[in-house]
Amino acid sequence: MSNPLKINPQELKEEIVKDYSAKVARKRSKQIVLSQAKEKGEVPEIMANVRTIPGIITQRGCTYAGCKGVVLGPTRDILNITHGPVGCGYYSWLTRRNQTLPDSDDDANFMTYCFTTDMQENEIVFGGEKKLKKAVQEAYDLFKPKAIGIFSTCPVGLIGDDVHAVAKEMKEKLGINVFGFSCEGYKGVSQSAGHHIANNQLFKHVIGLDDRVSPAKYKINLLGEYNIGGDAFEIEELLKECGIELISTFSGNSTYGRFANSHTADLNTVMCYRSINYVADMMHKKYGIPWIKVNFTGAAATAKSLQKIAAYFGDQKLIARVDRVVKEKLKAVEQAQAEIKARCQGKTAMLFVGGSRAHHYQELFREIGMKVVAAGYEFAHRDDYEGRRVLPSIKVDADSRNIEELHVEKDPDKFKPRVTEAGQKQLAEQGLNFAEYDGLIPEMEAGTLIIDDITHHETEKMIEAYKPDVFCAGIKEKYIIQKMGIPCKQLHSYDYGGPYAGFQGAVNFYREIDRMVNTRIWKFIKSPWQLSPQLIGKLGDS
Amino acid sequence: MLLRHTTKEIKPREALLINPAKTCQPIGAMYAALGIHACLPHSHGSQGCCAYHRSTLSRHYKEPILAGTSSFTEGSSVFGGQANLLEAINNIFTVYDPEIVAVHTTCLSETIGDDLPQIISKARDEGKIPKGKYIIHANTPSYVGSHVTGFANMCKSMVTYLAEKSGGKKEQVNIIPGFTEPADMREIKRLAGALGVKTVIFPDTSDVLDAPQTGKHVFYPAGGVTVSELRSTGDSIGTIALGMTASASAAKALDAKFKVPCEILNLPIGLRATDAFVDALRKMGSVAVPDVVTEERGRLLDIITDMHQYFYGKKVALFGDPDQMVSLAGFLTDLDMKVVYVLTGTADGKFAERIREITKETAPQAKVAANADLFTLHQWIKNEKVDLLLGNTYGKYIARDEDIPFIRFGFPILDRIGHSYFPSVGYYGGMLLLQKILNALMDRQDRDCPEHQFELVM
Repeated sequence: MSNPLKINPQELKEEIVKDYSAKVARKRSKQIVLSQAKEKGEVPEIMANVRTIPGIITQRGCTYAGCKGVVLGPTRDILNITHGPVGCGYYSWLTRRNQTLPDSDDDANFMTYCFTTDMQENEIVFGGEKKLKKAVQEAYDLFKPKAIGIFSTCPVGLIGDDVHAVAKEMKEKLGINVFGFSCEGYKGVSQSAGHHIANNQLFKHVIGLDDRVSPAKYKINLLGEYNIGGDAFEIEELLKECGIELISTFSGNSTYGRFANSHTADLNTVMCYRSINYVADMMHKKYGIPWIKVNFTGAAATAKSLQKIAAYFGDQKLIARVDRVVKEKLKAVEQAQAEIKARCQGKTAMLFVGGSRAHHYQELFREIGMKVVAAGYEFAHRDDYEGRRVLPSIKVDADSRNIEELHVEKDPDKFKPRVTEAGQKQLAEQGLNFAEYDGLIPEMEAGTLIIDDITHHETEKMIEAYKPDVFCAGIKEKYIIQKMGIPCKQLHSYDYGGPYAGFQGAVNFYREIDRMVNTRIWKFIKSPWQLSPQLIGKLGDS
Repeated sequence: MLLRHTTKEIKPREALLINPAKTCQPIGAMYAALGIHACLPHSHGSQGCCAYHRSTLSRHYKEPILAGTSSFTEGSSVFGGQANLLEAINNIFTVYDPEIVAVHTTCLSETIGDDLPQIISKARDEGKIPKGKYIIHANTPSYVGSHVTGFANMCKSMVTYLAEKSGGKKEQVNIIPGFTEPADMREIKRLAGALGVKTVIFPDTSDVLDAPQTGKHVFYPAGGVTVSELRSTGDSIGTIALGMTASASAAKALDAKFKVPCEILNLPIGLRATDAFVDALRKMGSVAVPDVVTEERGRLLDIITDMHQYFYGKKVALFGDPDQMVSLAGFLTDLDMKVVYVLTGTADGKFAERIREITKETAPQAKVAANADLFTLHQWIKNEKVDLLLGNTYGKYIARDEDIPFIRFGFPILDRIGHSYFPSVGYYGGMLLLQKILNALMDRQDRDCPEHQFELVM
């Protein structure tokens, strides 16, 4: 492996962008920055959440994927109908590995199903609302769901189908909740716009419908955890052991009913800030529930997150119980860490994925002594990189402007402040700050490159330069990277493994990375005759 | 239960498709384009389409799938995608240097009515297409047909854009292998080679989507039909199109444009469909079939005769693409299996008639449907169980719920390997397919039979 210290990242950046046209190079240069946060104490500005350049091969997907696929996909008992041609529904059918566990065999679970209006040319020409209405009716007749979601694909917006009007009409007709999402793929610049749209509609149509308050003492929601590979199960179990009641998760292993009741929790804990911060902010404004950033990826981060929750409630009994659980769990983790660290120490990783994982997963690599030499997000905004303090300085461009920003006010009946100002001050003194996220950049070592919306070209150049021991990305990148002789860990689907959250999840991840960076298989690429092509003797010699 | 809401009772549906047995056109066009050497497929639409297609193809092949997108925004959706495509073309040739770019449209660009030939000609006028490089396009609206239609449309574009007639005849036969696996294309080439017929196979994804691990990523792998081979197809003796749905339109276009005669055959899956292919090829190429090929045929037949008892009377359900279904139903019927359910997601007016003609003696009550979904197939199975299910990966949810032996066959296969490496066409592919069927049926017998009937020799 080449020594990352010998690479001049500034020169490398220039070398990478010189293969582009001048115009593309200018833009990409602003999306590639050198981290000097740790040595100079300043966080450089990065350009993010801007359009992908046409023709430049990107990791990004679309708004529909972020809305239907990411945020609403993991809820088992909302019947999701994709309104559009067949493809969008098809590709988002079971491909994201959101596990779910209904309470009984009789409970609804529609996640194994794909429902679509399979729009045909006729509907493109004459409109698809009639077919959509009929589809909603048929879905209701066959499945009797509690709620139906309708997801718009690109042509829906263009031909002017009003999914919200259809939803409203069918809601009244059927007497169940029906709501639409204007998540046409062309909106915004990535999946991120779809997260926002999903957040808005959940907030408008579902959250706050069920006011029954659980008698539990410590009630929280977990936001931005999608139960990939069973992560949410790990966290659910941990919270249970600590005696913390999970009212709802947005949206891993979730149900409609849990969403509807989520405003009765007393704290929102945010995992994937990018995809769900809107719900957190809106619930704060409307219901008075504060939010804190947590991270259940990495053993230390998990411990810290649990302790933050306990500190919030401030009950000594809870604090002691959490400390006990953490101490107990860390024993096994530390044993695994020590064993695996011996084999992984000093190895290098790159993470280019998602809108939070490229940050969260650095914890796990650090815990086994590995260095993250470069990282970046696929669909993040500047605040995910630089922290929420830059929010006021983010310019709203045309692509963001077309995503609805809900105007939220205090609910006259349901708003209930959870902490007093004095209490907030006191918690801040203990290091517990509400609505705060510092972003990825401050955690990056000096001299590392941070790249937003990394392109295929940049991926290849970065690998050639650094030859990392493992590269974390998604399915589209996986086999390209592996063809370069470098193992690729998928951090969207976990390569069909996991869970990686919580303490046991951390150990699972250490073992997985140990397997990937220490396997012998990469040594077999050259055949014996390629390694030593010269024949010593000649055939026929005796 | 995985599909716990699927009931036995079948209610008519007009608007809601549940668990599709098809996907949209563009992915077929992208796959076909990957079968041209040094070609970069390009998706003219929102970037999500391209991401979804690349992801699905990556999962199916476990290989790099590289393609560009016009990355439409709301603005381009309102004002048209011309500026995006021109910019994309410029960037693609600057950064990725392909020999050819194969653009396909999406529901988005089709709905707004982007005129691709006009945009491509503008790109040429503006000097965005380097000399000696090509751009072709296919219209692939997602709201018409299925992934198979998209594949067929891109194949047709290969010849309408590139084929030429030089005046002379070339001693070669064009073969359009249909929406099949790299292994199938490789096997068709091998068979043609064994017969001594020079061929141009298009598209050809062998050595592209089954590329070896070398420690180096090659952006454009060695395989694929070359642009110059495609140009020469107008001079060929004739064309053999394998599969009515996926391959006929390209063959007919060559016939109409350059009078290259064509034969449209079923995909050579199974004994008799392979016989028809070999026979057509020997006649078109004026060659004799060598003994090695006849011997291969004999080996396939030998398995059938030796193991006939395990096939006989077994009830089978199939779902997949029309061309595959026609040949597979024929092959299984030849084995004396009862093909009781055959379903395709693709709309195909003649499908039911063609399948019924095949199954009329062995399964006169067979249920056959085109433009149908897996929810329906599952309901059929709930009403009368089958001994074996063949279809793509999504079939495994039905197979587990109903406890039916299941063989992965078709597209996409997201949870196993092999389909891209081991053919199912030709005599050899037939042998591999029979081995899979026998293993599935006999493993089930070993699992389920009473202990006193457990057999050592089978």
